[in-house]
Amino acid sequence: MGKLDGKTAVVTGASRGIGRAIALQLAAEGANVVVNFSGSEQKANEVVTEVQNLGSQAIAVQANISDSESVQQLMNAAIEQFGTIDILVNNAGITRDNLLMRMKEDEWDDVINTNLKGVFLCTKAVTRQMMKQRAGRIINISSIVGVMGNAGQANYVAAKAGVIGLTKTTARELASRNILVNAIAPGFITTEMTDALPEDVKSTMLSQIPLAKLGSSEDVAKAVVFLASDDASYMTGQTLHIDGGMYM
Amino acid sequence: MATVLERVTKVVVDRLGVDESEVKVEASFREDLGADSLDVVELVMELEDEFDMEISDEDAEKIATVGDAISYIEGKVS
Repeated sequence: MGKLDGKTAVVTGASRGIGRAIALQLAAEGANVVVNFSGSEQKANEVVTEVQNLGSQAIAVQANISDSESVQQLMNAAIEQFGTIDILVNNAGITRDNLLMRMKEDEWDDVINTNLKGVFLCTKAVTRQMMKQRAGRIINISSIVGVMGNAGQANYVAAKAGVIGLTKTTARELASRNILVNAIAPGFITTEMTDALPEDVKSTMLSQIPLAKLGSSEDVAKAVVFLASDDASYMTGQTLHIDGGMYM
Repeated sequence: MATVLERVTKVVVDRLGVDESEVKVEASFREDLGADSLDVVELVMELEDEFDMEISDEDAEKIATVGDAISYIEGKVS
């Protein structure tokens, strides 16, 4: 018996990194998973196969989450396949890092459109279904930098801080319908993104983390499972910091 | 076949938990029937299902009373 048997989860940006780990962890607890991807179809199909190996069902659905029609098609595909959407994990995100003074308008717009507007559009698109069900969980993946700031990431930080505000407002608007909305703010997590960093940057990062190690995607995914499960039924509007104590 | 008024009344009674006698044509969902803004959104969703139609956000914003709902639906169906 899993904690999420029979539930349906939509995970955006689930073909790689943290999103992939979230999809697999949800599946391990019995949830059926809609694996959203934007470009990497092959990777998404691999996640689908892995979910199926865990004994759950999955489909891969391509969608651009910054486009409302594309988002609607994603959610329609989920309903068509599984009949419900119980869990939405807004995970998809991109980076276009640059110093504020050098940041181009399109670098700003791209990141805000995917990382913040995308969360709004996906949330709006599942709300109808969840209101009818009188139940739902929305879990938004923010970031520690949304709370602390980070040089070179004005666009990303603004979006991730925006996600926390959006989480609180959505939580307030939908609480009466038993739709619980929470955020997770991961710290430094081992992914392709952090693997690419130079050693000296990594060691500086480690010196700021009380637990003195990088987190894993599974650390984040387990927090998602908690927020999606009955164990978190008295929590809404909160941000969980999964960062080895870096922010406290 | 139930009339539009009867079908709308049933949806309103089910959704808002009010007495059938309170659902008059001139009754405002928010002021007379105790609906909050989210209730009105849900009411419109249920009317869409009941009458198998789509009500755009712009149109939905204009539906404030039971009579508004009925005339909107009758205008679309006929």
